[in-house]
Amino acid sequence: MPDSFHLDAVPIRLERCGKTFAGGARALEPLDLTIRGGETIVFLGPSGCGKTTTLRIIAGLENPDPGGRVLFGEEDVTALPIERRNVGMVFQSYALFPNMTVAENVAYGLKVRKIARADRARRVEEMLDLMHLGEFAGRRIDQLSGGQRQRVALARALVVRPRVLLLDEPLTALDAKLRDSLRLEIDRLLRGLGITAVYVTHDQGEAMALGDRIVVMAKGRVAQVGTPREIYYQPADGFVADFIGTMNRLGGMSRGGTLSIGAATLPWTGPDGAVELLVRPEDLALAGEADGHLAGTVAAAVFLGDRTRLVVEPADGPALTVDAAGRSELGRGDRVWLRVDPARLLAVP
Amino acid sequence: MSACVQDRPLSHRPAVRPPAGPGRTGEPLRLAALLAPAAAVFAAFFLLPLVRLILIGAGGAEGWSAYLTTLADPGHLDSLLSTLALSAGVTAVTLAVSTVAGLFLVRNHFPGHALLVALLTFPLAFPGVVIGFMVIMLAGRQGLIGTITQALGGGKLVFAYSMAGLFLGYVYFSIPRVILTVMAAAEKLDPRLEEAARSLGAAPWRVVADVILPALKPALISAGALCFATSMGAFGTAFTLATRINVLPMTIYTEFTLQANIAAAAALSVLLGLITWAALAVARSVAGTSVAAAG
Ligand SMILES: Nc1ncnc2c1ncn2[C@@H]1O[C@H](COP(=O)(O)OP(=O)(O)O)[C@@H](O)[C@H]1O
Ligand SMILES: [Mg+2]
Repeated sequence: MPDSFHLDAVPIRLERCGKTFAGGARALEPLDLTIRGGETIVFLGPSGCGKTTTLRIIAGLENPDPGGRVLFGEEDVTALPIERRNVGMVFQSYALFPNMTVAENVAYGLKVRKIARADRARRVEEMLDLMHLGEFAGRRIDQLSGGQRQRVALARALVVRPRVLLLDEPLTALDAKLRDSLRLEIDRLLRGLGITAVYVTHDQGEAMALGDRIVVMAKGRVAQVGTPREIYYQPADGFVADFIGTMNRLGGMSRGGTLSIGAATLPWTGPDGAVELLVRPEDLALAGEADGHLAGTVAAAVFLGDRTRLVVEPADGPALTVDAAGRSELGRGDRVWLRVDPARLLAVP
Repeated sequence: MSACVQDRPLSHRPAVRPPAGPGRTGEPLRLAALLAPAAAVFAAFFLLPLVRLILIGAGGAEGWSAYLTTLADPGHLDSLLSTLALSAGVTAVTLAVSTVAGLFLVRNHFPGHALLVALLTFPLAFPGVVIGFMVIMLAGRQGLIGTITQALGGGKLVFAYSMAGLFLGYVYFSIPRVILTVMAAAEKLDPRLEEAARSLGAAPWRVVADVILPALKPALISAGALCFATSMGAFGTAFTLATRINVLPMTIYTEFTLQANIAAAAALSVLLGLITWAALAVARSVAGTSVAAAG
C-alpha cells in the first residue's frame, strides 16, 4: 500500500455517553470507552442493543445526553456536527449518490473540500486502483453489484483521509461468499491504512475476524470489552458466553477443593456450593468408559468436514455440544464418555 | 479480491421477447375488437372536435395563414407572452414554496401536523371561480390587505383585479398539489444519503443541492409541468377577477363571444393547446415518468 494512504491514527474517547431518545426510550446507558489510535474496535451485540446509536454519537449524527463527551485525540468534538468532524462512514445500504458515477462519488468529499481538480482526479484514481475499482470509474451506481458498491463506499469514505472510519454493518446486505471476501479486503485495508476504525456488527464471526478489541453490548450496556480471545475464553458473564460461539453449561458441586460433576470428582478451587460451569465444545473430549467423567447418548451428529459436531445428552442436565474428529463414525443413539479438563472450566456469575 | 467471486450487477434487465408461435394469429384481430369502443369514443370526443377546431382556425377569410396573422396581432401576441410569463412565474414560485414547505412537513412532526397537511389539500377542491373570489376577499377593494394597509396609513393596497391577483390565485391553487407531490417524494429519500454527504464534509445547503434536489428532480419536473399547464389554461379565476386581464384563455373567450371572431379564437386555442402539450411532453421526457395534463 502506498505511503500516501497511511492515515493518522487518532484515539477516540467516549465519556459518559448515554442516549435517551425523545419519548424517553433509553437506547444507551452512559458509556465510557477509549479507542486507541489505529485500533479496529468492533461493537457486537444483538439487534437493538445500541450499537448504531453509539456509532452515531461518535460520528456526530446524534448528540449524547447532557454530560456526555466525545474526544478525538485531545479535541473535544461533542459540539461539532458530523460535517466538521472529518469522519468516514460506511453504511449497510451503501448510501452511494445515485446521480453520480463511481468516480464522482469518490471525488465528492474532495470536491466539498475544494481540492484542485487535478489533485482530485489523481487521488480518486489512486483510491479506485487501491479498491480494484479502476475499470468502473465511469459506471453508474446501478450498474454495480452489492460488493462493488460497498467498495465504492469505502473508497469514498477513505479518500478524504478521515480521522476515524465508522462502519455500520457494512457486510450485512451481501451474500455469504461475498461477505467473506469483502471482510478480508476490509481487514487488509484497515491494517494497511493504520486508521482508527469502529465497526458495528451483529455477526460474531465478523467481530472475531476484524476486531483488535470487541465491545460486546446488551440492552444499551457494555457487557464486556476485550480482545477476541478474551471474549471467547474469558466471557464476563453468561450473556457474552452464549452470544459468542457455542457454550455448554454443566451443573457442579464444589466442596473442599473438589468439584463433582455427575459421578466424577475433579480438583477445583472455589467457594463451596453449587456452581454453574461453562465449557466450549472443543474443550470437551471424547474418552473411554474408564477415563471419562460424564456418560451420555449421542442425540445428533452433524458432519462438518473437518470435524463432526455431536450433541450428547448426559444422564441429567442440558445437552452438550462436543466436537469429534471429522472421520468419527459416531451416530445417533451411540453411548459415549466425555472428559473434562478442569483448567478449561469457567465458573461465571 | 472479489474478482474471483460471483458478483454480478444487481440490476440486470433480462430482454423480454414476446412469445411467438402457432395459435396466436388471431391475436391482433381480437385486440382490435377490444380496442374498438375506446377508439370510437376517442374519435368522437377528442379527435373530431380537435380536427374541427384546427379547420375552423383556417376557415376564415385568410385560410391557413390565419394562424400566423392571429399571432402577428400585437394584442394576441402580448396575451400569449404574458400568459407564458405568468405561468412560468407561478410555476417557479410554487415549486420554491412547495419544496421548502413539503420538506419541512416531512422532516418535522409537531402537534397538528396531520390536520395541517389535510387542510393543505383544501384548495384542490375549489373551482377557479371560488379561488378568484378568495383573492378578491384578500386583495380586493374590500379586502383584508387593503384594510390593513389603510389602517397602517399606507393607503389602500388593492391588486386583486390584475395580473398580480391572478398570480396569487394560481400560486394558491397550485401549491397543495405540488406540496403533496414533494412530500410523497421526500418521504422516499434515504436519510443515509444525506448522512453520507454530511460525513464527507457537505454543509446543509450542499446536501440540499447535491443530494435532496437531485432526488426530488423527477417529482419537481412533473409537478412543475402540471402547474405550468394548469396556469396556461385556467379561466375561472381570471374571469372572476376581471374580464380585462390579458391572458390567453380570456382572449380566446373575448374573441369567441364578444367579437364573434371564431377563426381567431380557434387558432389561439390550437396554439394554447400546442404550447401546453409541448411543455408536458418535454417534462415527460426529462423526468422519465408519466405526466398528465389536468385542470
Ligand atoms: N431515532 C430513534 N428514536 C427512538 N428510538 C430509537 C431511535 N434510534 C434507535 N432507537 C432505539 O434505540 C435502541 C438501540 O438502537 P440501535 O442503536 O439502532 O441498535 P442496534 O444498532 O444495536 O441494532 C433500539 O431500541 C431502538 O429502537
Ligand atoms: Mg444497527
